[in-house]
Amino acid sequence: MTGVAAARREAVLGRLRELGERVYQDIERGVFPSVEIRSRSVTNIVYDERARQFVLGPRTVKRSSHNLKQLRAFTQLLWLAYFSNRLISESRTSTLRDVYYSVQAYNLDFTDQDESDELVVDLETLLGRPREDFNIYPEERSSIFGDLTVEYTVPGYEGRRINLSSHPDGYMIGPSLSTAEFIDTSAELVLAVEKGGLFTRFVEERVHERFKAIIVDMAGQAPRATRYMLRRLNRELGLPVLILTDGDPWGAHIAAVVVAGSANAAHISEINVPDAKWVGIWATDIRRWRLPSEPFNEQDLKRLDELGRDPRYQAGIWREQLEEFRRLKRKSELEAFAKYGLTAIVDRYLPLKLEEAKSL
Amino acid sequence: MSRERPAFAEISPSEFFYRNRELAGFTNPSRALYSAIRELVENSLDAAESARIKPVVEVSLQPEGDGLDPRPYVLAVRDNGPGVDPVHLPNAFGKVFFGSKFTLKQARGMFGMGGTMAILYGQITTNRPVTIESSVDGVTLHGYRMLIDIEHNRPLILERWSREAGGWHGTYVRLTLEGDYTRAQQKVLEYFRQSAMATPYAYLSFTDPLGRRVEHLPAVDTMPPPPRETLPHPHGLDVEALRRIIRAAKQRTLHELLYKNLHRVGPKIAMKFLLHSGFDPNRDPSTLTNEEITALARALHEYDGFLPPDASCLSPLGEELLVAGVRKELRCEFVTAVSRPPAAYSGYPFIVEVAVAYGGELQNGVRLYRLANRIPLLYDESSDVAWKVITEEINWRRYRLGDNPPISIITHICSTRIPYKTVGKEYVADQPDIERELRNAVREALRRLSHYLSKKSSLEMAQRRSNIYQRYLPLIARFSMELAGRGRPPDYRKLVAGQGVEMRR
Repeated sequence: MTGVAAARREAVLGRLRELGERVYQDIERGVFPSVEIRSRSVTNIVYDERARQFVLGPRTVKRSSHNLKQLRAFTQLLWLAYFSNRLISESRTSTLRDVYYSVQAYNLDFTDQDESDELVVDLETLLGRPREDFNIYPEERSSIFGDLTVEYTVPGYEGRRINLSSHPDGYMIGPSLSTAEFIDTSAELVLAVEKGGLFTRFVEERVHERFKAIIVDMAGQAPRATRYMLRRLNRELGLPVLILTDGDPWGAHIAAVVVAGSANAAHISEINVPDAKWVGIWATDIRRWRLPSEPFNEQDLKRLDELGRDPRYQAGIWREQLEEFRRLKRKSELEAFAKYGLTAIVDRYLPLKLEEAKSL
Repeated sequence: MSRERPAFAEISPSEFFYRNRELAGFTNPSRALYSAIRELVENSLDAAESARIKPVVEVSLQPEGDGLDPRPYVLAVRDNGPGVDPVHLPNAFGKVFFGSKFTLKQARGMFGMGGTMAILYGQITTNRPVTIESSVDGVTLHGYRMLIDIEHNRPLILERWSREAGGWHGTYVRLTLEGDYTRAQQKVLEYFRQSAMATPYAYLSFTDPLGRRVEHLPAVDTMPPPPRETLPHPHGLDVEALRRIIRAAKQRTLHELLYKNLHRVGPKIAMKFLLHSGFDPNRDPSTLTNEEITALARALHEYDGFLPPDASCLSPLGEELLVAGVRKELRCEFVTAVSRPPAAYSGYPFIVEVAVAYGGELQNGVRLYRLANRIPLLYDESSDVAWKVITEEINWRRYRLGDNPPISIITHICSTRIPYKTVGKEYVADQPDIERELRNAVREALRRLSHYLSKKSSLEMAQRRSNIYQRYLPLIARFSMELAGRGRPPDYRKLVAGQGVEMRR
């Protein structure tokens, strides 16, 4: 099971070379080079039932170097491709902020960070790959812990192996881990939790041993690198992914994005985990466990309405729990289990949920 | 109680203008100074042009003493015209209505009284004599120091002299008058500038009271063709003029009288007119009664079978000279001039010329410069027919000149009789035929400007496009080379060269 990260790297390099070659040949033939990018406008984002995620529709927009209004953006796009090509070739990583500043070497300054970020999304759309694949990483990080041996591919660490249960605070899911190859694991499932507090509790309570689990802290809405990591764990290692969030519409949606992708990332495929399962906290759990709860505020109610219209919530547990929330109009956090003692969530709730997950 | 009997007395023309000097533009010390300069300069320009000499006119204005305005100024004007015969010299400047301008051809002054008015005004405000020198042959110069005898309309010579002219021919006038240069300065300088614009073949210089000299150099070597004298056109003839023609005529028949004394009237047309109007062609003109003369004048006015007056008596600047004059004085980016074909109103021929200047040193906004028979009109702009045309009859948006464009419009009306609204010759009446010609000329000139601007902007656009491509394409070429792993960048130059045409893939 080695070489997945390397294959990914090669695939992206191949697509970049292809782009360069096409532009090169256009110029040589006396044709103004242009690219067709799938439109990301709201009306072109559709939910793909089969892939169980948001995807872009068939509409495209043309970015042409002949159009004076697009020439600059076209040049910037090609620069970004060139920049990414170098990042990958030299095994360096960079951030969105780096991109914003790096372009200034060519006097192609962006007017603001938004413009720069938008261009990165353009290249993602054009290549159909997340920016992490061309070594541009977000600032936000989340963590992973469990019995999983990985082998680094980043310069200076190539071939070095580490077991992700060696450090009790967990390992940051950054560029090095994202590009590492999976070597070995004894884990039988992945537990993705919304909050760092619960993540620490799980490590302390040796959930990784008791339930043979790899524990992932999503730190709120999971960053794309984390979603991609979850997908790899699911696809490459065949591990089921279970998601635990707070019991409210927001928590439900964190899980939904992991499962079905976000509208914002509709231009990138393959960073969702269609088989992942949201196991709690459900609205029915709040009632069943008599969890301490708070009434919904206005935002909660509004969010509930929005989700009610979302294609991802039209069936199964999603629809069921949404209706329940609508009746209950109350919410509970994961910490609410402390009412029954600090370890109650691990000792009593988790085993039950693992059991329930089998029937989802 | 006895009442004094009203006294009926004839007054001389000098007396008349002395009493009504505001009619001729001598209202106050500031306006009078401007008018005096203007009258003398125009006499000089007319004189030189009538002799086909490119005018050189030098003007100086020096204050007398160091009091505050208004105060006496010495005004001296020297030209290089043909000069005035010494026999006529005192009368030419010392007698109102003595002059050479009573025939029908285009000239700046109508009756040659402006110069005398200036002298008259100087005399009544400072009681100082005028000095006049002139040479016609470049050999001998004749000079006079004189006053005007206002009551009897004649010159009063105080001193006369002759000396060698040293090659100079022309006329020199020096007079002292009360003036207010502080107030007049702006108009005076503007007058010289606009005069220079209207006479691009002339040299004009003005030395102001502080000794600063403003020079307007000629920009061209050619002068417009001179006007020819013409007979009066029947449509422009009034009863009094007709009476004079009849009195002076040697012709024995009415038929012959008409075709020998009227403009564009030949034997055939004269006969047709007479038969149509019921006058006996063989009638001896000298036997016509007052009533008959009045009826004849009316019939001449109303008959529409006469040919329109021709324009040989006019001397328009022509598009080329007008452009040269405007360009040199306004230093604009673009100027175009339109000379309309000759037209006529009430039997007087006229030609309208319009120039439109754009950009360069022009300020934002539309400015109007009005010229009439090459005289700048500086007062009462908003009462002028040209003002009416550009403010009311032009749809500015049609020409797409942007907001507040830097534009000057120069209108020039040439005629044997400019329909001024006042004696002061400052604004032209809105005579419908003149108005129509102005409107057409302004529109045509603006169309040309509009065309120029759109051509310029499309050129600029092409240049801008090319610059932008030059900036980005090399980078695109380089990035694509790196991405494709090639050894040299692709040749992007043909893209820049052929920009504007996108080929389909």
